[in-house]
Amino acid sequence: MLETKQAVKDVSRRGQRYWWLRGEEEGPRPFHFSFTWFVACFLKLTTMAKSCMPLSELATSNTHGEDSPYFAGWKAYDEEPYDAAENPSGVIQMGLAENQVSFDLLEEYLEQHPEATGWGCGISGFRENALFQDYHGLRAFRQAMATFMEKIRGERAKFDPERIVLTAGATAANELLTFILADPGDCVLIPAPYYPGFDRDLRWRTGANIIPVHCNSSNGFQITTQNLEAAFAEAVAMGFRVRGVLITNPSNPLGTTISRPVLEEILVFAARNDIHLISDEIYSGSVFSPDEFVSMAEIVEERGYKDCERVHVVYSLSKDLGLPGFRVGAIYSYNDRVVTTARKMSSFTLVSSQTQKMLASMLSDRVFVENYLETNRKRLKERHDYIVEGLKDAGIECLRGNAGLFCWMNLAPLLKETTREGELELWKLILQEVKLNITPGSSCHCSEAGWFRVCFANMSQRTLEVALRRMRNFTEKMMMIKEN
Amino acid sequence: MNPEAEAKAPPADEEATSAGPLAFPPVSARGGGAAAMRLIVPLQGIVQGRGGLVLGSLIPCALFYFLQIYLKRNRSSPSPSSSSPPADEAELPGIVRTLSRASLGSARSPAAVSSRAVSVAKSSDSAAYFVGYKKCSEDPYHPLDNPDGVIQLGLAENHLSFDLIEGWFATNSKNSWFDERQGGLNINGLATYQPSDGLMELKMAIAGFMGQVVQGSVSFNPSRIILTAGATSAIEILSFCLGDHGNGFLVPSPYYPGYDRNTKWTAGIEVIPVPCRSTDNFSFSIAALERAYDQAKKRGVKVRAVLFSNPSNPVGNLLQRKLLHDLLDFATEKNIHVIADEVFAGSTYGNEEFVSMAEILNSDDEFDRSRVHIIYSLSKDLSVPGFRTGLIYSFNDQVLSVASKLTRFSSISAPTQRLLISMLTDSDFITRYIKVNRSRLRAMHALFVDGLKQLGIKCVKSGGGFYCWADMSQFMKSYSEKGEFELWKELLDLAKINATPGTACHCIEPGWFRFCFTTLTEKDVPVIMERFKRIFDSR
Repeated sequence: MLETKQAVKDVSRRGQRYWWLRGEEEGPRPFHFSFTWFVACFLKLTTMAKSCMPLSELATSNTHGEDSPYFAGWKAYDEEPYDAAENPSGVIQMGLAENQVSFDLLEEYLEQHPEATGWGCGISGFRENALFQDYHGLRAFRQAMATFMEKIRGERAKFDPERIVLTAGATAANELLTFILADPGDCVLIPAPYYPGFDRDLRWRTGANIIPVHCNSSNGFQITTQNLEAAFAEAVAMGFRVRGVLITNPSNPLGTTISRPVLEEILVFAARNDIHLISDEIYSGSVFSPDEFVSMAEIVEERGYKDCERVHVVYSLSKDLGLPGFRVGAIYSYNDRVVTTARKMSSFTLVSSQTQKMLASMLSDRVFVENYLETNRKRLKERHDYIVEGLKDAGIECLRGNAGLFCWMNLAPLLKETTREGELELWKLILQEVKLNITPGSSCHCSEAGWFRVCFANMSQRTLEVALRRMRNFTEKMMMIKEN
Repeated sequence: MNPEAEAKAPPADEEATSAGPLAFPPVSARGGGAAAMRLIVPLQGIVQGRGGLVLGSLIPCALFYFLQIYLKRNRSSPSPSSSSPPADEAELPGIVRTLSRASLGSARSPAAVSSRAVSVAKSSDSAAYFVGYKKCSEDPYHPLDNPDGVIQLGLAENHLSFDLIEGWFATNSKNSWFDERQGGLNINGLATYQPSDGLMELKMAIAGFMGQVVQGSVSFNPSRIILTAGATSAIEILSFCLGDHGNGFLVPSPYYPGYDRNTKWTAGIEVIPVPCRSTDNFSFSIAALERAYDQAKKRGVKVRAVLFSNPSNPVGNLLQRKLLHDLLDFATEKNIHVIADEVFAGSTYGNEEFVSMAEILNSDDEFDRSRVHIIYSLSKDLSVPGFRTGLIYSFNDQVLSVASKLTRFSSISAPTQRLLISMLTDSDFITRYIKVNRSRLRAMHALFVDGLKQLGIKCVKSGGGFYCWADMSQFMKSYSEKGEFELWKELLDLAKINATPGTACHCIEPGWFRFCFTTLTEKDVPVIMERFKRIFDSR
């Protein structure tokens, strides 16, 4: 203390210049330096990221959301997949919305039209094709997509090929639209329950947020203006700027189409609040009865294209044609600026020119398309009715669905407690004991516990029978336990 | 500490209002000096080694800790450039809206897009590229049908060896993309969901192909490959993995114009050009990298990686082994990543050997491999840009894990993967193709460069790629960007040749042009030389 006081007097008298040099006669004390350095390094290490090479925040965060039950179930299936012959007690995958019921139609077409696959008789076409990397996409393919989309809607809406932007799958289409319509920190309203992948696809790289619009079973999970307004107010209260509302029509995971009046209400809501409207219609070709589907494109046309510059439709061939491996998605926008920007940004996610050429000829074949759509719808409806019947025998009620590759079933009576934890407990039980991978409603952000999504189109009829039998046994056992 | 000492000296008014974590309460004018000394002297003692254990270690640690908190807080707040308000549809380009204007609630046109979309729309392809491309497509050259049309020398496509690929397809394509193990036509394996980062068979086939391309100097490990829809997508994904929005990549210039878009549009990474000079044969130097790094640091831009192409686009030179070593040293010193874009690795024709980054790492254990990433693609070496097949080859396991999840947004189409597996596993064909392609590239390059030489136009000595980097400065009216632009216009309008001007590639020396020679046949070369003469005759 005395030493310090003396030093203070010393320094104040002589001024401050070069004070740091003055101590050199005595020399630094190595111990204190090294101790300080050690502590400083220790602090530095603890504040550094885990890896030695610094990576971005995106790389070190877990916004990819692959730790949720939705993906955990997939992992369990991967480890022990069901096979009728080799692994009859394996996990049956009922959490993957894939359409395998109409493969034979595709194979038949390709067998009868070899020119679609090979270039045996079109070598000069091959050169142009292999060199073609224009982000506009093959004109013939865009035309074919437009025709296909019109056909699905029973020619009730027109699609202009120049407004189609191709992307590698609907995943990329949704993400691209989010990049274009929302800045980091903005938010998108999505009616819940919704497809679990949106949490990753719309948020991960874009930095946008999702505010769910909670729908409930009292009205069959339909979207109402009140729910939309409530979610909008919630977003504003949280300090978010709402940029758009994204609806899936037909809905995933509900398996229902949205009715005409509700669609009009949603568009009016979007216009009133000056936000965009994205209509994800990837299941539009999987509606059991085509008259029951109303596309946003129809609403736009009926209103004489009023407010159309805020409407964007997303489509893909992954569900309706059962070709998810081909990676074909599309954005259809009525907004010129969005179309030109999306087209430029689609450079990151172009569809292979070979795939475009192959599918162009297939989708332009009117006979094939009509036959395919009709047969596919019929088969999906049969499967759907079969599983609903089977679940009913097991004492399980499903939401009345008319589209899609899945059912929305209510297992609330089987829950120990009607909470999210209770639901996850039941999900784990079904995965581990019944060996069925189904999707819990909480992964879909459903506000009511006990709802599950079960897919029926990604397996053979026989496998479906096995699954239903297992379910029946399980529910009987659970009922017995409850009674006792 | 030193600025603190200066700043805390009298006049005491400034001192009284200063605030800091260890600031003493404000005192009177004379006492202020003493208060400051109470802080300085113990610190002085620490530096001189006279401070006790407690002061000697605790105070610097506390300061360090608060510094970390301060930095973290600043890092996590969003950068102002990304949160600008939505722009009007009718807004003039170049006008930037401020937040205050947005809060006035002035009438906006309906359905505004994000500011990200606005900047993408503005940063459209440079005028030169667009105009030239348009003229070419309206009036394309054809030796017989349209001998006076516009010759396209600005697009990198390799037509020299396409006949080989066509021949292969003619004989093999019918069964190539169906899974023959399943007995003929079975779409099941093809149509269903695949791993988003590509089929393992294709990764193995491409790893083999890459090994052949570098003539066996390296063998590539298929499990380090992430397949993406083109090298464009690979660069975008790496940008997301290695840097945050607002960070920068050092890129030696002149560089491929696409880098600006690929790193910036979605990931928000800025390209920091590191100028190279003709005196160095446009090879980058570590000194220039250092300068650019320091300048970026001064501006507050955090550099996360060096991105370079080898063989270089647009210059075409191959980087020396020693330079790559030095680059790794530099990256280690600054603790940044190295991204080597080697898409032209199979298109070398010179006498120099091509040294891949992977080879450097193999030969030297001292470097931390986890900082090196290689970009590759089949678009150039195999002439199939339409098929969208690119990849990231990374030595960093964490990057591999994240990148494989990010490929869900840009996967390669399954039938295309199957087709390529068949082609790449036909090793006789591939060996023959690589050999023939190289010899044809060499011949065409020599022919073209010779032709230019006879006209007095010098090209940089290059060893790979599809381009000649030619010095046309003698024909410019003024040694400036404007002069270069006028010369480019003259080339397009008078000589009817579409080339890429150096400014489009961010070259700091005006007068350099990039000519692609791989779309030509032997007969086209004299025609082109004649066209060039039109410029000289007009002088």
